[in-house]
Amino acid sequence: MTQPQSDNTAIEREEMAFDVVIVGGGPAGLTAAIRLKQENPDLSVCLLEKGSEVGAHIVSGAVLEPTTLAELFPDWKERGAPLDTPVSSEKLLFLTRKAALPVPALHLLMPQMDNRGNYVISLGAFCRWLGEQAEALGVEIYPGFAGADLFIENGRVCGIITGDMGVNRKGEEKPDYMPGMILRASQTILAEGARGSLSKKAMNTFDLRKGADPQTFGLGIKEVWEIPAEKHRPGFVQHSFGWPLDTHTYGGAFLYHFGKNLVSYGFITALDYRNPWLSPFEEMQRTKQHPAFREHFEGGRRIIYGARAISEGGVQSLPHPVFPGGVLTGDCAGFLNMPKIKGIHTSMKSGIIAAEAVMDAIQNEQAEASSYMDRLKSSWLWKELHAARNIRPAFSHWGMLGGALYSGIDSMIFRGQAPWTLRHRHADNETMIPAEKAPKISYPKADGTLTFNRAESVFLSNLSHDEDQPVHLKVQDMATWKEVNLTRFAAPESRYCPAGVYETSETDELVINAQNCVHCKSCDIKDPDQNITWCTPEGSSGPNYPSGM
Amino acid sequence: MKVLVPVKRVVDYNIKPRVAADGSGVETQGVKMSMNPFDEIALEEALRLREKGQADEVVAVTIGAQVAQDVLRTAMAMGADRAILIQTDAEVEPRAVSSLLKAVVEKEQPGLVSMGKQAIDDDMNATGQMLAARLGWPQGTFASKVEIADGRVEVAREVDGGTETVSLSLPAVITADLRLNEPRYASLPNIMKARKKPLETIEAGSLGVDLTPHLKIVSVAEPPERKAGVIVETVEELVEKLKTEAKVI
Amino acid sequence: MTALVLIEAENGRIRQGSRSAVAAASRFGDVDALLLGKAGTEAASKLPGIRKVLHVPALDHALAEPAAALLASLAESYSHILSAASSTGKNILPRLAGLLDAQPISDVVAIKDDATFVRPIYAGNALATVQSSDSIKIMTVRSSSFDPVEEEGGSAPIDVLDAPADDGKSSFVKLEQSQSDRPELEVARVVISGGKGLKDASNFHTLLEPVADKLGAAIGASRAAVDSGFAPNEMQVGQTGKVVAPELYIATGLSGAIQHLAGMKDSRVIVAINIDPEAPIFKVADYGMVGDLFELLPALEKAL
Repeated sequence: MTQPQSDNTAIEREEMAFDVVIVGGGPAGLTAAIRLKQENPDLSVCLLEKGSEVGAHIVSGAVLEPTTLAELFPDWKERGAPLDTPVSSEKLLFLTRKAALPVPALHLLMPQMDNRGNYVISLGAFCRWLGEQAEALGVEIYPGFAGADLFIENGRVCGIITGDMGVNRKGEEKPDYMPGMILRASQTILAEGARGSLSKKAMNTFDLRKGADPQTFGLGIKEVWEIPAEKHRPGFVQHSFGWPLDTHTYGGAFLYHFGKNLVSYGFITALDYRNPWLSPFEEMQRTKQHPAFREHFEGGRRIIYGARAISEGGVQSLPHPVFPGGVLTGDCAGFLNMPKIKGIHTSMKSGIIAAEAVMDAIQNEQAEASSYMDRLKSSWLWKELHAARNIRPAFSHWGMLGGALYSGIDSMIFRGQAPWTLRHRHADNETMIPAEKAPKISYPKADGTLTFNRAESVFLSNLSHDEDQPVHLKVQDMATWKEVNLTRFAAPESRYCPAGVYETSETDELVINAQNCVHCKSCDIKDPDQNITWCTPEGSSGPNYPSGM
Repeated sequence: MKVLVPVKRVVDYNIKPRVAADGSGVETQGVKMSMNPFDEIALEEALRLREKGQADEVVAVTIGAQVAQDVLRTAMAMGADRAILIQTDAEVEPRAVSSLLKAVVEKEQPGLVSMGKQAIDDDMNATGQMLAARLGWPQGTFASKVEIADGRVEVAREVDGGTETVSLSLPAVITADLRLNEPRYASLPNIMKARKKPLETIEAGSLGVDLTPHLKIVSVAEPPERKAGVIVETVEELVEKLKTEAKVI
Repeated sequence: MTALVLIEAENGRIRQGSRSAVAAASRFGDVDALLLGKAGTEAASKLPGIRKVLHVPALDHALAEPAAALLASLAESYSHILSAASSTGKNILPRLAGLLDAQPISDVVAIKDDATFVRPIYAGNALATVQSSDSIKIMTVRSSSFDPVEEEGGSAPIDVLDAPADDGKSSFVKLEQSQSDRPELEVARVVISGGKGLKDASNFHTLLEPVADKLGAAIGASRAAVDSGFAPNEMQVGQTGKVVAPELYIATGLSGAIQHLAGMKDSRVIVAINIDPEAPIFKVADYGMVGDLFELLPALEKAL
């Protein structure tokens, strides 16, 4: 067997060495960075973020369970953490086309959905705050630079290589060409979020998924609205399931009132959906028309739009999170607790544990942070994920109602301790049925006030993307696309991509509007033949989600 | 020769400005801020002068709160040798800015001030001209080409309908237009090195400048949305309407 | 109150922008005009509504340094000093403001009262209403926002003034008029753009160029057209391309995605020609034509 190697070793690059390099400035990466410096201020810690600033690519509901934050900073209140809106009231609705049935006694029936004591936050603002805390502790944060490749020497990850800048669309060097830099590290922490490109490479290179169920993902699409002050109910939280999704598709909507007259509305569609005609974007748009949601938007204006895939598989789908020279944390490993619809506190916890394991490895001069797995297994994080493990697959096995029923039984009777584990049987790219066998879905036309089309929506993501750079969505083989995607599934990427990146031309060619990409990673996940690969574009490309949204 | 490059921290070029619901201004809180793109061009020109041996030091200066340091770090990552923050939490208009800059010029004694022709937030296009006036220096505004020779600077200026070239004695103020150059990236190694370059902070209050605005912002509103007009049936009708109604041809 | 307007002449006529500035100035009271350079004296005195023309023949190239110094020496007699938001006005008036320690008001699009004005900020994405406390208000005005005064109708007396002494700090070298027959996209008065509806690159030449020639227009393209290889990158109008605001924008065979609109919505007059009556471009067009551009464009060229 040949040694794993980086693709990019031929070019001469500048180098810089750190004790730890962290890829990704989300909750997991920032928490790991903070914990490293809290425990050992002498460690040199470098954190890279591909967005133009920390928080620029963060899009999430979000309801935060402050447990891990309290472990990280017991004095988080005094430090001014932006947790300004406590959850004040909560509803879980089962929707039919016209009606909304609230699930009663939520905290008994679905204890994982009980949000008392939690906060509605802007995850973007929260990450920016974590970033400030990290910098104050001496973490060097470099936004605007993507980790483009793992830097592998002698079968061990020895850091990462940042993306080249100044390459034109044809792949030629422009006058301002700047080769990426090698950031050497004793330990590399990958914290890229769901379907991270370096994480994917690490999993493949070191066979980390062996023995794990396939990961299954959801696509979250979100809007932030500014509504009239008199209609704003700070801390109001509403989730829904049921309409408009078919019974084989897991997902639902969320709506939170927070901040200064802001409403965060979003929709998560599990990417193991079967019907290739389904459009997560249109499901999200039309759910706003339901009476249970519609009223919240009246008189308001939409100000932000974004999308991101999340990992839903839970503990069965976790890869082995350790490889020579580094670890996986947060959602790129898949620590999200789907039945809770929460991943921030779990991501942060995995960041803390990873930091501790990595410090061990550095101290003992080990290539592998081998204590990571044991530390994980003895933590509350593992217990929590283990208890939740059967709920998400139940929905894949038995559909929406069966899943909901099982979920009630699992919580009420077994309290998560059922003596069996339901498996995830298929990766999300394997679940679609041919287009001709699937019912077409007719979605209503956008009305321009409550519902919108994709182009108008993506406009609100504040995208930046130099057009004269290589297309970062790489299609390996166009013939395969025609045969599989177009002929068999009627070009599903034109529907699942929430940003309108993919179009089919009149002459049946695939058009890729790479500059529309919001970095959600759905194409990399759902493409039936795994023919599309999401690569990192030039640093600072992609959305610019403002803080507080 | 020393080149002074004033830079402004503004809402990033990629962000769609959003007018605050109360009409007090454009939302800047939590929004990504960057160096004014015209200032990047002005800085690039200064760096090129240094690389050509016509300047020996490039100093970046900004005016603003503590956070405005980030654009100075960017300036130094691009290549400025050092930076000065004139610290104030007040909102300053070009009148006050040009007075503060004059104080910095008197202290630093640069041979050239290279700055952007306007900031993309207030679009005022005034600070460079006002600074030149206060200093009694000549000005080369909207520059698309800058050449220094024999103690003078020749500036090609973008004017309506063409390019005008003027010759200015030094010291002078030039303001950069879009086509002057293509600014370089701040590379990661240079960003790392810029952390160690000197950054001096001066309290704006210590410079004895009256910062009170002379232009009060009464309100800020979104521009009225365009409305659909009329559908015309023939090209003749279209041409007629463009001639007599719209008066554009 | 009396206003002074710095006016500009071109080919013996007073430029439209200057005539718009005269129109704006007349809101404040009497209007005097200041003309720099030898040309345009007669045209200046014929402008309607001018009390007198101050003429400085020696300042032929309107260099900012002497022009601002001269204006400063005249300023005391005026409540408002205006010019068009032209490259000349924007060069000179802020320098004058610097000399007078006033805060200039650029790109005024509306006058609320003697001290209150509306001006675009953030590239026209917002309109600010501002109030000046300066005793002499110095402003440049957008010509598209004020209907210009006629070219003739008045007979103002002409006062010839001397230029201030030349300190040799600045001198004029040359002026190069834009050579190309086709104006540049960002500064063109008229832009005609094509989208995917043009079907291929050759149609950009055969259909758009004749119309553009007749109108002295620059040619633009939608992103889809650029992506399809119909037009080069530098012709792209839109959010990620060039942002234009001509007097007249003619959009042909393009649907008007919001990203394109972001690059041209500030045009004064928008014309849309498209085969699809539902195309969003019609929602922003002042004049729309539904039909086949392969017939309409040649017909338009003939009708012009």
